[in-house]
Amino acid sequence: MNDNFDRRQFLKLAGLGGAVFASALNGWAQPAKSGRRDQDFYFVQLSDTHWGFNDPTINPDASGTLRKAVAAVNALRHKPDFVVFTGDLTHTTDDPVERRKRLSEFRDIASRLEVKTVKYMPGEHDASLDRGKAFKEFFGAPNYTFDHKGIHFIVLDNVTDPAAAIGDEQLKWLETDLARVDKEAPIVVLTHRPLFDLYPQWDWATRDGAKALELLKDHEYVTVFYGHIHQEHHFATGHIEHHAAKSLMFPLPAPGSVPKRRPIAWEASAPYHGLGFRQIDVDTSKPTYALAELAVREG
Amino acid sequence: MALDRRSRLPVAVVGGSALLVCALALVQTVFSHAHGGSEAVIPVTVKRFEYSPHEIRLKKGVAVVLEITSLDVPHGFNLPDFGVRADVVPGMPAHVRLVPDKTGTFTFHCDVFCGTGHEDLDGTVVVTE
Repeated sequence: MNDNFDRRQFLKLAGLGGAVFASALNGWAQPAKSGRRDQDFYFVQLSDTHWGFNDPTINPDASGTLRKAVAAVNALRHKPDFVVFTGDLTHTTDDPVERRKRLSEFRDIASRLEVKTVKYMPGEHDASLDRGKAFKEFFGAPNYTFDHKGIHFIVLDNVTDPAAAIGDEQLKWLETDLARVDKEAPIVVLTHRPLFDLYPQWDWATRDGAKALELLKDHEYVTVFYGHIHQEHHFATGHIEHHAAKSLMFPLPAPGSVPKRRPIAWEASAPYHGLGFRQIDVDTSKPTYALAELAVREG
Repeated sequence: MALDRRSRLPVAVVGGSALLVCALALVQTVFSHAHGGSEAVIPVTVKRFEYSPHEIRLKKGVAVVLEITSLDVPHGFNLPDFGVRADVVPGMPAHVRLVPDKTGTFTFHCDVFCGTGHEDLDGTVVVTE
């Protein structure tokens, strides 16, 4: 069976009516495998949708970009097993009523995904001002686990504490959970902020992320998918790989490349440049994760 | 890899209970006074979404204590290039001792999410010979 290859070929050739294309795989990605096993699957990561953001110089299609991404996912010939949103579903607001309005509107749009399972987690924009109260009303717990076809997924919350910490209580929860997982079992951590000190000068870190990595390090196959930095980024701490996803509202500069961490302005000559989402093909036999970065296009 | 650096921060006040914050603030104050007299204390205020002064000018090798006061909500003060940070709770000034060991311009920022302008809440430390 070669569904994986067929799906990518379809994306490249058809482009879903010009909505998306599959970019060349970067150095971290593995080539699609032939002879896939029944257990193999793929999921889609969308991140940093910042619903409610309003600055036409940064994104003149602020109300349309997420909808385009949802349409692109729905147009995939083979449905992903699930979709995950890795935080900053909404753009922050000091007004609790407006926060709930944005969360509600976001949920309505995300509900149009024609995928049975959608996983959510908060970003600091959603949850840091009220310690996750509104987020929980709409999406439930900010940290949880689930298992899918032999992969143990752990959703870690590093944003409901406004100090960007996981916190001792959740770390204990993580330790307890990991104690039940075989050391050789594949683990995927889904979170919002980087768990390592990517660039603390821009607050691209998690206060106690090192404690989580210390708990995870004894497990042989650990991969982290996160958001927050609005760009593709790949890094390894020991044997643990970390992959940041693009935003679906505005890109941010490469860490330390400019004095200020400010959204990159819209390029009229290259609309949606720097925005996108990710397809992750999972070969459960290794395990390996083949990443395909999909761009948002005018449609 | 800088994973362990945070655990060595000399004045780290990692979030948590008010009691812990109080205790550490007290320790910092004593620490400051123990070195007091010869060290300049530079008052800094922070509010949504502004540090004042926005630029702090220091001399390389000259110890100072930054006395940081929040005028409204909890904030943070994080100066990663010198490995120092503090929680800044209203009514409880934080004291950050700093001996700059390099020259240049370095950004500090709030690392406790404080509102819509949080991501622009920062300032610079300028260190000269």
